[in-house]
Amino acid sequence: MSGSAHIRTPLARVRGHGSAKSGTTHFWHQRVTAIANIPLTIAAVIILITLLGRNQAAVAQILGSPPIAIIMLLFIASITIHMRLGMAAIIEDYVHDDTAKLMMLMANTFFTVVVGLAAAYGILKLSFGL
Amino acid sequence: MAETKARVARPLSPHLQIYRPMLTMMMSIAHRITGFGLYFGTLILAWWFISAVGPNGYARFEWFAGSWIGRLILFGYTWALIHHMLGGIRHLIWDTGRGLGPTEREWLAAANLIGSITITVILWIIGLLAMGGSP
Repeated sequence: MSGSAHIRTPLARVRGHGSAKSGTTHFWHQRVTAIANIPLTIAAVIILITLLGRNQAAVAQILGSPPIAIIMLLFIASITIHMRLGMAAIIEDYVHDDTAKLMMLMANTFFTVVVGLAAAYGILKLSFGL
Repeated sequence: MAETKARVARPLSPHLQIYRPMLTMMMSIAHRITGFGLYFGTLILAWWFISAVGPNGYARFEWFAGSWIGRLILFGYTWALIHHMLGGIRHLIWDTGRGLGPTEREWLAAANLIGSITITVILWIIGLLAMGGSP
């Protein structure tokens, strides 16, 4: 910034460089998914343990049964949203180059959507057996 | 003006290496690292679900899960999951304004670590027993 910059007011200079006013939303979604993750993680771990040592047919049948499939789909949705928010916070903390930061935030969204969709696809395939 | 000040090499706020390592600090770092690890660990979860669609795919997953490297990764994933969950509960307690005092926060940090290790070991003992001793 030079030249006529000195005649700009301090407010004009900081506009567009500060908060995007989405911090509360980030915080709130992070907390909502955090709370949802607690019972869903406990349920997912219990389900996983009951599936240990069973063959593929049994695992497919149990994972695809309505209550288990719904719990797992909720688990996937909640953790992937939580993952995206958490990784965004890490990227924003450590990556200071604007281009790299934007690319990584975008990659973060792509990764979490792909992993979430892939996991959900597996569960849905087991449920509907298409 | 902000622009002129920005050119001055101002001291930065002290970072990790300045402080004496403390349990609360270590648990804060562990919370972030376990979250980072779980992020990529979700790939295993997705693989597990997709592999269950067919016997060949499931055999490949079981081979991975039964290998020593697979077991090591899954043990780490279990610990990270439990540690991050307990750490998250600690944060939710803090959100209510409780547990921030000098004795409470030290107690919570210790409980976070001891709890995560204990629960992980118990889960693996249950898991190995559930598999009926088959390796």
